[in-house]
Amino acid sequence: MSVDKLRKLTPVLLVVATAFAVGACGGAEDTKDAAAGSSGGDGGKTLSLVAFSTPQVVYDEVIPEFEKTPEGEGVGFKTSYGGSGDQSRAVEAGLKADIVHLSLEPDVTRLVDAGLVSGNWQSEAKDGVIADSVVAFAVRAGNPKNIQDWDDLLKPGVEVVTPNPFSSGGAKWNLLAGYGAKGDLGKKPEAGLDYLRSLMTEHVKVQDKSAREALQTFLGGQGDVLLAYENEAITAQKKGEEIDYVVPSSSLLIETPIAVTNDAAPEAKAFLQYLLSEPAQTKFAEWGYRPVDKQVYEANKSRFKQPADGIFTMAELGGWEKLNTELFDPEDGSVAAIEEEAGVSTAS
Amino acid sequence: MSVAAPASGPSAPLSAGRARRRRRAPAGSLAVGVSTLWLSLIVLIPLAAVVTRAFDAGLGEVWDSVTSRQAVSALRFTLIVSLFVAALNAAFGTLVAWVLVRDRFRGKSLVNALIDLPFALPTIVAGLTLLALYGPSSPVGVNVAFTKVAVAMALLFVTLPFVIRSVQPVLIELDREMEEAAASLGASNATIFRRIIFPNLMPAILSGAALAFSRAVGEFGSIVLLSGNIPFDTQVASVYAFKQIESDNVNGAAAVSVVLLALSLVVLLGIRSVERWGARDDQH
Amino acid sequence: MTSTSRASRLTLRLIALAYLAVLLVVPVGVVFYRTFEHGVIAVYDSITTPAAISAFFLTLEVTLIAVPLNAIFGVLAAIALVRGRFPGKRLFDALIDLPFAVSPIVVGLALLLIYGRGGWLGDWLLDNGIQVVFSTPGIVLATIFITLPFVAREVAPVLREIGDEQEQAAATLGASAWQTFRRVTLPAIRWGLIYGVVLSTARAIGEFGAVSVVSGKIGGETETLTLLVEKRFQNFDLAGAYAASALLAVIAFVTLAGMTLVNKREEDTT
Repeated sequence: MSVDKLRKLTPVLLVVATAFAVGACGGAEDTKDAAAGSSGGDGGKTLSLVAFSTPQVVYDEVIPEFEKTPEGEGVGFKTSYGGSGDQSRAVEAGLKADIVHLSLEPDVTRLVDAGLVSGNWQSEAKDGVIADSVVAFAVRAGNPKNIQDWDDLLKPGVEVVTPNPFSSGGAKWNLLAGYGAKGDLGKKPEAGLDYLRSLMTEHVKVQDKSAREALQTFLGGQGDVLLAYENEAITAQKKGEEIDYVVPSSSLLIETPIAVTNDAAPEAKAFLQYLLSEPAQTKFAEWGYRPVDKQVYEANKSRFKQPADGIFTMAELGGWEKLNTELFDPEDGSVAAIEEEAGVSTAS
Repeated sequence: MSVAAPASGPSAPLSAGRARRRRRAPAGSLAVGVSTLWLSLIVLIPLAAVVTRAFDAGLGEVWDSVTSRQAVSALRFTLIVSLFVAALNAAFGTLVAWVLVRDRFRGKSLVNALIDLPFALPTIVAGLTLLALYGPSSPVGVNVAFTKVAVAMALLFVTLPFVIRSVQPVLIELDREMEEAAASLGASNATIFRRIIFPNLMPAILSGAALAFSRAVGEFGSIVLLSGNIPFDTQVASVYAFKQIESDNVNGAAAVSVVLLALSLVVLLGIRSVERWGARDDQH
Repeated sequence: MTSTSRASRLTLRLIALAYLAVLLVVPVGVVFYRTFEHGVIAVYDSITTPAAISAFFLTLEVTLIAVPLNAIFGVLAAIALVRGRFPGKRLFDALIDLPFAVSPIVVGLALLLIYGRGGWLGDWLLDNGIQVVFSTPGIVLATIFITLPFVAREVAPVLREIGDEQEQAAATLGASAWQTFRRVTLPAIRWGLIYGVVLSTARAIGEFGAVSVVSGKIGGETETLTLLVEKRFQNFDLAGAYAASALLAVIAFVTLAGMTLVNKREEDTT
């Protein structure tokens, strides 16, 4: 290729580059029947929603509905979905966000500490939560090994898959549920830890980086049971994956926090209120979340399996701050110690 | 090729040296200046930020982060697997390069074009595909998922092009006359390869292997799906660093990263030296 | 070798092809098989959604900025390494390879430590309304980082090989440095340059880890093709994920086809 040819190419390249620069403002919809663009409200505000990955399916339906309401008219949306910890750190590092919806409270606390979210964020929604779920066991279609409860996970030969709690914050819910259920709701921490120890050193062979990857591993044939959120199992089923799920006799309520940031546009609060309204709550229910709105929950009760001994909360266990440090501190946490043991026993 | 005369030869070094001194002033300095500036802006300063962060919490903390049992295990595993992968790719890569250059068969161009795909495919797809093929639901009946073999396979995939692409150009340029002379003198093929071809290929093989090693040390995306991330067993150092970040231990992550960087730098310096030594040999 | 026995030649060929088959051909074949499993129309729909189009153009835009810049750097660095003599040259040589060794998360971390909030330049940038990370410039910076060494590493050996006699001759005849470069050096290194560009492009379009950290993953704005692949995987749209990957592979193929042509011409004219 001579220098002359290169020189002739340059204007072509420049034109192409410019075209791309313009064309990059395509759209955000990832479906064939792209309805109204979800970015760029005409002359109105744009809200930036930063969330963890799972509720994307719900927001894809809820946001267009919101835009049809008087509060939502002319409001454009920019959305970003990813791992809860990643998203939280991104907002801390400067990613613009008006509303953050994350999968565990410490990820919001990080933003409070950074001065981006006010200390009383929980007063906005119902204690800062718009949709709940519970920890469940995902099993093969038909549940061939008849896994029903926490003790069944420790039966000989049963292999359990769970994401690694140190690379996926959301995975902490799974282990906390076991800890609480077998530890008399936090009153017998030793018993709870003993359970986790047996589980992780003898039955957990694989710990994937994230919940989605753990599910993929499970679907790929590994393991007999996957610790997952109930709503993730339901969403997977809706998307055609062949799994069943059971809710153990005692399970932990997964409360995914949502907050409005300090510099958010006023429309953000309107959106948050909309998420608590009946149509939005129903959408959450359809995708497997347990709505916080009591009436919508009652109306959709048949979707959800009820654990025999009830559902407990993080507050009953002692709260996130206490347990996150006690169990999940990477140096001194009990689960960190158990992980070390687990590593030793499986290393060849 | 438009340039005819080779660089080697008894008269070349002397006149080249004189000419180099004559021409060095404008073009050479510009090249050095601009490229150093670019390298600093893009690579060195950001990496300096990581190093600074690693030492922010003091030397003691850096030492602790890196000598924790999990970190040591992860580092050791990374090192061993990367060396193994580099060695395997060096051997097979040379073989593949040989076949691609010296052999002739239908579809050779297509095979040649495929070699660089590991660069273009996003690593998560590589991971997904390898999992589908060689994991629990493998159609071939091979299940190596979540084992050290899996990590090695994924790394072999992403470092495949390095040695092949380093060796190919050298093989192409290799002077056949020496081989033919040796053959006419009665040397066996094995001897020819061992004494004539291989020494000439050595620098290229080493260079490619060094790059493969470095990439293996740093690689992250493709291995995670397959490795299952079991601490002590199949956890590589880059995943360990990721876990530190997730647990808000940025200093720890930076510390491990600095160690990995230093490691690779040492290896790279060594390999480049050998390469230079080998090239110098050529001019005799 | 002048006369290799047929048997040994076939054996070598078999081993090489078997190695490639297991590690490369079959996995890539699976990707394409999984892509077209549900028919061509489904694939077409999948790669023409607004999100896919945005991702495609963003990936191209980033590549079209990063690769030429690194090509210029690569040529200059190669000249500095091969023709230059300066203190620290050996260190410079090794440092160029660093991007190969750095884990993608570290690249992202490094960029955030400089341009993110609380970073070395971050607060000043944010106060002045300049968005580097979580915007296209951040993605470009990450891509430049990881594709930095390729052109330099491909051009340097060629420069070393051809020697500087012709350049000396041109200087003797009165050509300026720039003229010498344009008319003597550049044409001579064109194959190494093109080769390096092709490799850089393939690497740039396929990068995931570093971009994932600095892009902010804003749908329709800072989502590259690789990020789109991950998002689709996340949403159980495996077919869509494979379709986007196949698109990446096609882009790579097109660039690779160019390189194969280059290789062929190089072999023919040697």
